[in-house]
Amino acid sequence: MHKLASLLFAVGLAALLMALAAHLPLGATPMAIGQASLDRGPGEIASANIVTSVVLAYRGIDTMCELAILFAAASIAGMVLSPTTRSGNHAETKPRAPAGLVLRAGSDLLFPLLLTVGFYIVAHGHLTPGGGFQGGVVLAAAFFVSFLARADRLPKPAALILMEGLAGAAFIGIGLAAMLDGGPFLRLLLDKGVLGQLVSAGSLPLLYLAVGLKVGAELADLLAHLAE
Amino acid sequence: MIAWITLLLVALMLGAAVLVLLFENLIAAIAASSVVSLLLSLLYVLLAAPDVALTEAAVGAGLSGAVLALGLRRLGLIDLGTKEDRRA
Amino acid sequence: MNLNPPDLIVILTAGGVGLVAIGAVGLAVSRHLLRLVLALGIAESGGNLLLVLAGYRWDAVAPILTGEAVTRPMVDPVPQALVLTSIVIGVGVQALAVALMIRIKEAYGTLDIRELKARVELDICGEAGITPPQSSDSPRPGQTFPVPVTVRESA
Repeated sequence: MHKLASLLFAVGLAALLMALAAHLPLGATPMAIGQASLDRGPGEIASANIVTSVVLAYRGIDTMCELAILFAAASIAGMVLSPTTRSGNHAETKPRAPAGLVLRAGSDLLFPLLLTVGFYIVAHGHLTPGGGFQGGVVLAAAFFVSFLARADRLPKPAALILMEGLAGAAFIGIGLAAMLDGGPFLRLLLDKGVLGQLVSAGSLPLLYLAVGLKVGAELADLLAHLAE
Repeated sequence: MIAWITLLLVALMLGAAVLVLLFENLIAAIAASSVVSLLLSLLYVLLAAPDVALTEAAVGAGLSGAVLALGLRRLGLIDLGTKEDRRA
Repeated sequence: MNLNPPDLIVILTAGGVGLVAIGAVGLAVSRHLLRLVLALGIAESGGNLLLVLAGYRWDAVAPILTGEAVTRPMVDPVPQALVLTSIVIGVGVQALAVALMIRIKEAYGTLDIRELKARVELDICGEAGITPPQSSDSPRPGQTFPVPVTVRESA
């Protein structure tokens, strides 16, 4: 009876949403703001990846608030899981067996490759699809893979938290430096350069570097807390 | 042609989403949610959104599954059907 | 059967709406906390798909300049920027939910939401010094129930 009621609820909700979606101009949306971003983006910001210019330049304050949300979530998770506040119930988790040969050898091989790919994705965020968030996740995965194989391979938690804090402060610092220059917060600094080169789009690569390091350090810290 | 591929991907994705709710074994449910994210990232590529596809593949199919599986290990709820799980 | 181009958008809209509906049903029906978190993640994925679909224009290319001349229109980059943020926030919230679940399991020993509701209510009433709420159907002290015939014959 319960399952029948939930099935009817699902069908009714889906039918209602589809009826609503039939009235929307999907496939031929009137893009007012999007069209302006597409037209003015390459000229004003000189970034080949227009989504990057939207994320960091046109909607930069949204990205800053998103960094704040990630920081809050990771900090609260770390506080909740820290060993000093738990009741000391260590019998729940089995002690970690040493990792096998495949995991150890594979992690030794994968760690430098993942680091390189992560930094490449972060550094080329304004040229190809990618950027700080994607590269940060790959960097966190690099540290986590090596942590799975050997429990002593993770940098100390204090170093991770310090890097996360410094990267977040660097992001806000670059935005404030734009204010010192006389413009609005997070205005584009430095020279715009030629579209399509690695050194272009002003301060966008620096902002994405800060975002990538922050996200990578945060997620590595979170995974280490969850895995211990 | 593209429409047939899209239909297949959407059907597989909805099937995997239903399986997330129907599986009793929690590890299987987490694996099904990773499959949903993977197929969703393919759909994002078809929608001409490569940035979003990269993020969804890295975060949904990779990191989210790892976080949930690690939490499950801490909770002690991993049931792989081996002898020690059946004894407990 | 030859599917026309607008059918692509209908299929994807149906996919997104279906994910939202499956996530909503999962939230309503699930008893285990981890399944609640998974259903919430599925509903979020459906919402993100609908957002990216809102910026899609038929037969358009990705908003990335590759050096060659742009002849076809580009899709809307603003929903893609919003969805980037949304996906990363989704995984952050999932990680926080898993951390809270670990603490709940250590404190109460169970992850079933009905048992948790009863025990949390008892805890709160104990802390506040009030009696826990009783439903009007719960047995009053001294009340007996009629025993079924089959049990009486076998006893």
